Amino acid sequence: MKEFKILAVVIFFTLVTYWLVEPFAHSQMHAHVESEGFSYDDLPPLEKTGDATRGQDLVMGAGGCIGCHSIEAAGFPAAMDAVTNSASYGVNPPDLSNAGGIYDAKFLAALIKNPTQALMVEHKFTPESGKMHPMIAFYGAGGDIDQEVADMVAYLQSIAPKPDQITPAQAFETACGRCHSVKYENWTQIGEKPVFKKKRDELVFLTQLEDYNANLMGYMGKLPPDLSMYIRSRGEHYLSTFIENPQNLLHGTAMPRVGVSKDGAEKVLEYLVEAGDPKHAERDSVGVKVMIFLLVFAAASYLWKKEIWKDLH
Amino acid sequence: MGKVFGAVAGVGAVGALYAMKKSWDPLPSVKAAGFTTVDLSAAEPNKLMVEKWRGKPIFILKKTPEMVAKQSAEQTARDIVVNGENFLICIGLCTHLGCIPAYREAKQDFKCACHGGEFDSSGIDTLAPPPSPMVIPPFNVKGNTVVLGEEGETYRQMKDAGVLA
Amino acid sequence: MAHFTKATSVHDWLNQRLAIDTLQRVLSKEYWIPKNINFLWAMGMVLAFTFGILLVSGIFLLMYYQPHVDTAFDSVNFTIMREVEFGWLWRHVHAVAASVVFLIIYIHMLTGIYYGSYKKGREMIWISGMLLFVAFSAEAFSGYMLPWGQMSYWAGMVITNLFSLGSLEFNGLVEWIRGDYVPGQAFLDRFFMLHVLLIPLAILGLIGLHFGALRIPHVNNQDGEEFDFDEEAAKYKAGNKKESKVIAFANDFLSKDMFVVSIYLIFFFYLVFWHFGFAMDAINFDPADGLKTPPHIYPEWYFLWSYEILRPFPKDPGLVAFGFAQVIFFLLPWLDRSPNAVPASRRGLFFFWFWAMVIDLIILTAMGKLPPQGIYSTIGLFAAWAFIGLWVILPFITRNEKRA
Repeated sequence: MKEFKILAVVIFFTLVTYWLVEPFAHSQMHAHVESEGFSYDDLPPLEKTGDATRGQDLVMGAGGCIGCHSIEAAGFPAAMDAVTNSASYGVNPPDLSNAGGIYDAKFLAALIKNPTQALMVEHKFTPESGKMHPMIAFYGAGGDIDQEVADMVAYLQSIAPKPDQITPAQAFETACGRCHSVKYENWTQIGEKPVFKKKRDELVFLTQLEDYNANLMGYMGKLPPDLSMYIRSRGEHYLSTFIENPQNLLHGTAMPRVGVSKDGAEKVLEYLVEAGDPKHAERDSVGVKVMIFLLVFAAASYLWKKEIWKDLH
Repeated sequence: MGKVFGAVAGVGAVGALYAMKKSWDPLPSVKAAGFTTVDLSAAEPNKLMVEKWRGKPIFILKKTPEMVAKQSAEQTARDIVVNGENFLICIGLCTHLGCIPAYREAKQDFKCACHGGEFDSSGIDTLAPPPSPMVIPPFNVKGNTVVLGEEGETYRQMKDAGVLA
Repeated sequence: MAHFTKATSVHDWLNQRLAIDTLQRVLSKEYWIPKNINFLWAMGMVLAFTFGILLVSGIFLLMYYQPHVDTAFDSVNFTIMREVEFGWLWRHVHAVAASVVFLIIYIHMLTGIYYGSYKKGREMIWISGMLLFVAFSAEAFSGYMLPWGQMSYWAGMVITNLFSLGSLEFNGLVEWIRGDYVPGQAFLDRFFMLHVLLIPLAILGLIGLHFGALRIPHVNNQDGEEFDFDEEAAKYKAGNKKESKVIAFANDFLSKDMFVVSIYLIFFFYLVFWHFGFAMDAINFDPADGLKTPPHIYPEWYFLWSYEILRPFPKDPGLVAFGFAQVIFFLLPWLDRSPNAVPASRRGLFFFWFWAMVIDLIILTAMGKLPPQGIYSTIGLFAAWAFIGLWVILPFITRNEKRA
């Protein structure tokens, strides 16, 4: 039938145009990076089984982690507030309470032994740059360093909540939230922004935030962007592969590799979906209803047309 | 068949109208901001405190023991007792045309500048044109504070007793 | 003064005052449409429907949108997308309709070209239609500024720079259009006004003109057949509906239109709910930043062909070519020298001209989005020359066309 032939021609040219300007053009503009499944294959495998009790002594001991990091879960609150911390380190060192639940174990071990390598920021902290990474490598406490590191990781895992007890917001705050704000979730680099009754209290808070961000900017080179709409501007695949290895997509970026486990990354993404695209489920359910209605509508209009046109042909 | 088609199209129009109606609703942020917590510990006797709740002024007046002593039962029924102190808490709008009356500490009453209406220290109209007492908003007493917008136990009792406005 | 009698019904009361019976007769019951048409003739109704959808969704966006450089982005992406109930629906519907309306416009235009529906008294239909195309383009561009994302800002920057007219350096004109040295508050405010008031008013007026222009020459038909509408209408009214070559607008034509519209709506809402990415560019979800140009900037897909006519040439010739592309379609009724108002398939060389033009427009569209480098630049340059060449040869190949 002639009308179907015409329709086929229209659809053909529409689809060719669509394919050229969307999938094809975008494949030419953006390199596609495949996920490695958060396996961190470049890092040395964990060969030793750690002992959490011995790990505790190392983490808490002289020259251990709590010199800089707080561990609220083990009763070690932060010695200084975020702004003061950022003045010393450039960025607020993370609380380690749930580090064992969010980060990959292999990554944690590599990080303790050689932070700049694990974080993939060696290009920023070259000897010529004269800059030192704020986290110092662990040189061992006298025994087998690999065993000691495995013990420390085992300790961090033992105090962390089970992965299913960590909320998306907690995962985001620990892994990303000290550098990135998420305005639409009311999140700033120094914590959730409270509701202020007095303008003055708000200004004090904002001044602290400005001070923190000035230190952060000095450390990172520029202020890391607000991530509220990143799920829409970058998309889930890009964000996931970017979190896994920022250097793959943005070579030379100051952003360190975060080192989250696959599960941790999913939580972070879940948080970003809630921030930038919270109505996606409603969109699907309303969509299905509208489609069902439209099918009925099309059927009714077809029957109406047939009834009228039987007198015309 | 034309009628059937028209009916189906009508269903679609109603669906669209439903979405349109929902889009006119107050936003969640507006609704969430509809609750205001007021700390009453700073209130001074016979000094009017004005708070803002849902865009309207809220009068809070802590009464002195003398004021309470000479009150009528009708007046006392409108008092809200927090930590043993009697308070007037009402929406500070004249029930005539919605101006904000001023509190006169010496006379211990309210005078509306717009049309001369007067209210006593319990917010009861004493001089026309206002036809009724000033309205007591939904409240919930929590220790030394009241949350405006929440209907607490005392509020429901007052509502049942018919003394809110 | 007309003579009024006591009304016998509400209908009669209205009829005496508004002549609704006459209106209904003239506008629908006895508004004659050729019977020999296909679904492409329903594109006018599809466009009217889409314009209605844009209007309604736009009204609801307007209720919460804030035209201020500090709040515009958040009023769209936070307030409308997160806070307002169904705000996301209005926004997705509006964005997808703004894009799809151009697909339908292009199908509508190419249908007109293929069937020769711009000739023999139908020139005003073509001209008013082209004016509508320009108005819709301006509407689309001004609307694209409003979310104040990266693409909004940089499209605003680049397109307003065109008005410096190359080496003429009319920078004063550019600043006058923007109301500032760069796109800023004044720019956003005036494009907001253009988008919600001035251009929609112009579009409504032009739609009236476009419909009015149809009235005297009547709608063309699938075979370019010329017949006497009055004669055929008389047959229809006498009850010989099957023999008559015309049908009434309502409900004959309307019932077919509505069926096409219903199929279109399925396609449209599928895009709205599950495939909106082509109409809502990801880059525009980054807030406007006047100090950082995105690595790839390109117009929306419907502007790509004319953008690509600008891009491969040096600055001044590029602007001339771009200007040429903007006005040349207006002249089609005069550049086509043949008197034949029949389908292109019966017009010899013009048939090949038509399909060459379609393919060239698609190539230009594709190259307009691809990064301007290597083979894409070369293809783009050739396609741009081909576009100009096709228009130059049109009068020559149509002048000696045989009578079809």
